[in-house]
Amino acid sequence: MQGWLTVPNTQGRVVSLDELDSEFSESVVKAGRGKPSVCFQCGTCAASCPIMKFDETYSPRTIIRSAVLGLTDRLLKRDLIWLCAACYSCTERCPRGVRPAEVISTIRNIIARKGYIHQSLKMQATAIVRYGRLWKDEEFVNEIRGDMGLPPISAVDLQEVAKVLEHTKVKELLGEQDAEDKP
Amino acid sequence: MKYSYFPGCVTPQRENSYELSARKVIEKLGIELVELEGASCCGFSLDAIDHLSSMALAARNLCLTEEIGCDLLALCPTCSGHFARVKTELTENPKSRSTIDAILGKIDRKFEGSSQVKHIARVLIEDVGVDTIRSTVVKPLKQLKVAPHYGCHIMKPSDEVRFDNPENPKLLDCLVEATGVTCVDYTEKKLCCGAPIMGVSEELSLDILREKLGSIQDRGVDAIVTLCPFCHTHFDLNQARMEEKYGETYGMPVLHLTQLLGLAQGYQPGELGLHENRVSVDDLLELL
Repeated sequence: MQGWLTVPNTQGRVVSLDELDSEFSESVVKAGRGKPSVCFQCGTCAASCPIMKFDETYSPRTIIRSAVLGLTDRLLKRDLIWLCAACYSCTERCPRGVRPAEVISTIRNIIARKGYIHQSLKMQATAIVRYGRLWKDEEFVNEIRGDMGLPPISAVDLQEVAKVLEHTKVKELLGEQDAEDKP
Repeated sequence: MKYSYFPGCVTPQRENSYELSARKVIEKLGIELVELEGASCCGFSLDAIDHLSSMALAARNLCLTEEIGCDLLALCPTCSGHFARVKTELTENPKSRSTIDAILGKIDRKFEGSSQVKHIARVLIEDVGVDTIRSTVVKPLKQLKVAPHYGCHIMKPSDEVRFDNPENPKLLDCLVEATGVTCVDYTEKKLCCGAPIMGVSEELSLDILREKLGSIQDRGVDAIVTLCPFCHTHFDLNQARMEEKYGETYGMPVLHLTQLLGLAQGYQPGELGLHENRVSVDDLLELL
């Protein structure tokens, strides 16, 4: 019998305490970017998200909830966490100051430290570590620029960039410890 | 007026016509650019993997402009937005500040926070002024009807970027209308173009672009006007890919804001790199 307390077609399920990865959830909160723990699940982020408009399996609201509870498995599923376009629409409108876009970036950083980075972002980051920009300064680009009357691309000070990045973990994350030696 | 010029990644590598037209337009407005020797990527693209690295690169770039002693002009709103966010964090978060200070110390630099970072649209609105721009127009483009695309990072998050109103943006319209062009509103004016996720899901990225372009086509405009090199590439380069995928015809010219301003200032299309645009602008130029 369907009483008034029954919620039809519910997708919800009971979460067991054993499933919760409290270490993960603590590291998201402690990173200090945004305030995930004050989220009251209003869904303004979801309603504002351009990704969710086209793919309902992606939801910033669910991501924040999963991160706060430590439902790490859900965050690792199907590359969903890498779909955020960093458009900041959620951060702009969140009535609680959660800053979901920044929290999602933090979650990605933590997942990266666990050893997984989406291939496309890994390629971008690797180029920046090696060349100081998203692409190597190719000679043909300077030829095009020259033909247009533009000066050559100003060279990145790669030695300084390498020195700066030595003091972060990015090369380790990318498996690029000896990037300076590569062409 | 003097600014250091921050090249970024996408503009010098993929959108040279943006840099070329920007240099022409601001020259006419009496703005001098100083090259920012040794600058790297702004750092934004490292943020998804390691926030500290993304801040460190941004802070180093900011040191370079502070040492020259002038404000920085960027053509890419993702760069100017990233700098704005990092500046806020370094000013408000002592822990981040001391970590970055220590890293910069290794290369004998120090972040002071003394330089402003401005996207070219902000320079045009706040420092030059729409009236001054209008005074340089020698060829009003009254025949044209365009759809302005704002993108995201030019104004979001507004508490850190502090430019225009993300819920009802107007400032790109103001700049475009200074040339005599008519700006039209469209349903998806505030939608992201989809470019940032092209590498993660091409399908989703093109679905977003299709929605955006469809909403623009419905208004019967002659062109889209952009102020972001990354959005520009997505609109301009990927129309062909979408025509293949969806079996639809677009052929919608995409102009950099500075190309439009340059045309109104009397520059020839070739001087503004219009031949570099992937979607043909020939029909558009015939209207002028």
